Amino acid sequence: MDTIDQIAAQPEDAEKDSSVPAVAVEDLHKSFGTQRVLNGISLTVKRGETLAVLGRSGTGKSVLLRLIIGLQNPDSGSVRIHGQDIAGLALDDLGEIRKKMGFLFQHAALYDSLTVEENVAFPLQHHKQEMSKSEQADRVGKLLEEVGMEGALQKMPSDISGGMQKRVGLARALALEPDILLLDEPTAGLDPISSGEIDDLILKLQAEHHMASVVVTHDLHSAKAIADRLALLNEGKVVIEGSFEELQNSDIEFVREFLKHS
Amino acid sequence: MIDKKFTALAGVNPPQPEKGILLDAPLANPSPGSISKFLEWFGDLGIFFWRVARATVTPPFEFRELFRQLDEIGSQSLPLVALAGAATGVVLSLEARYSLTRFGAKSLLPAAIVFSVIHETGPIITGLVVSGRVGAGIGAELASMKVTEQIDAVEASAVNPYKLLAVPRILACILMLPLLTLAADLCGLVMGWVAQALVEPLSFHQFINSGFKGADFNDFLPPTFKTAVFGLIIGLIACFQGMRTQGGAAGVGRAATSSVVLSSLFVILADVVLVKLILIFFP
Ligand SMILES: Nc1ncnc2c1ncn2[C@@H]1O[C@H](COP(=O)(O)OP(=O)(O)OP(=O)(O)O)[C@@H](O)[C@H]1O
Ligand SMILES: [Mg+2]
Repeated sequence: MDTIDQIAAQPEDAEKDSSVPAVAVEDLHKSFGTQRVLNGISLTVKRGETLAVLGRSGTGKSVLLRLIIGLQNPDSGSVRIHGQDIAGLALDDLGEIRKKMGFLFQHAALYDSLTVEENVAFPLQHHKQEMSKSEQADRVGKLLEEVGMEGALQKMPSDISGGMQKRVGLARALALEPDILLLDEPTAGLDPISSGEIDDLILKLQAEHHMASVVVTHDLHSAKAIADRLALLNEGKVVIEGSFEELQNSDIEFVREFLKHS
Repeated sequence: MIDKKFTALAGVNPPQPEKGILLDAPLANPSPGSISKFLEWFGDLGIFFWRVARATVTPPFEFRELFRQLDEIGSQSLPLVALAGAATGVVLSLEARYSLTRFGAKSLLPAAIVFSVIHETGPIITGLVVSGRVGAGIGAELASMKVTEQIDAVEASAVNPYKLLAVPRILACILMLPLLTLAADLCGLVMGWVAQALVEPLSFHQFINSGFKGADFNDFLPPTFKTAVFGLIIGLIACFQGMRTQGGAAGVGRAATSSVVLSSLFVILADVVLVKLILIFFP
């Protein structure tokens, strides 16, 4: 018989328990050679919450996302997903955690030997074997429709534009209905209309699936639209974290400078 | 040439070759620190081998990928291997005729051709041709996937990239090499016979009969199956060099080149050991 305590200690419950943050990074440090990129970053994102990460080019926003999903290891500090520390996990255990995470790469990173449709079907083929081929195809169709790419099913990634690749990458990241979404500049390179559509999609997903999202962006307009909180990075540290209004009212020199130019 | 001598005399260090192709091949670039670099490379290769081995024996198995790779590697290499085997057969045949006639042992001609093709030239030619064709192909393909973050994307989708990308390619190399060797052997023997038959009439049947006289399976099976080891070396090194690539498009070129250089080199080195082992175990 499981006691109540034992049940509460199970990770499945931690996912539903909204007091355990979906993503919690603590005091992350990361250097490449002599170049210090992250110098003590701590952030948490709860379920149903969207955090926008802002910062100048080269401050390590992409590196931060890669650390969160375990593609790179921090020099020190910890990354917890639903309360579980991912450091030192075997590839298969990390895989179990990654199935619940969707990741959009800055340059989309579509598989260039597969069509758009196959790219989006890839996670389903590997993790949803219980779905029939036609169910998978339906789901892929729906995902591509949501990002406005339903007309390009049979195209190769090299034959579509960068912004289109980005949208296909987003559809792929959503394929497994993740509860954590990590997006590296989802609207970069998109026109204002598509960009607005992607923002709406992220908001909709957040409302429907109660996802936790970390969105790296240069686009303040979209950050304001989708994010509950914003974090501004500079020189490896979080300069300020808070709502858009808090950022606007800040009198930290770098924050004012950053907002003035955007 | 003169420049080199001059700088050496003057005690000036000759310019170091650019950290390019040889970056990953410290063997070919002996300089201080290259021994520890080589050991590090070898250690990384060992870890890679271990991961691949574990991914090979744990389900799920990527059968579809394996068949695709078998087809790809087989069809890429077959024409080249057949041509190389045929050319070697002709050359061997001409050379053997010349020397054996000189020593008055012309009756041994078919046997000399059959034995050298099957024992050594067929397997090693196949190994080297496949190193070039498939080594470069796999090295460049995986390297370009690495630098465009496609391998990271595989990993981020919770799929083991060793299982999806490395294992099928390495297994396909291991399985394909002996088959390609048979093709090279066959082409070598046929063309060896043709080269003889053009000089003096001799039926293929006679040629084979006298060539294989006194031969048994020990002459045939071990040298053919040793090429599975060549396949392992080619697949392993090409996948390793590809998947550890860094540095954009230039890195892709380096990975392709170093895959070919290193896999050919290790195929030849392995052959030395394998020939000796076969002589010991299958006298
Ligand atoms: N694998 C790596 N090896 C060496 N340096 C790296 C590596 N990855 C990132 N860096 C360095 O880390 C720094 C941060 O890179 P990152 O890609 O995270 O920047 P970013 O904030 O995402 O910038 P952008 O907004 O332009 O995408 C850069 O200076 C980069 O040179
Ligand atoms: Mg970036």
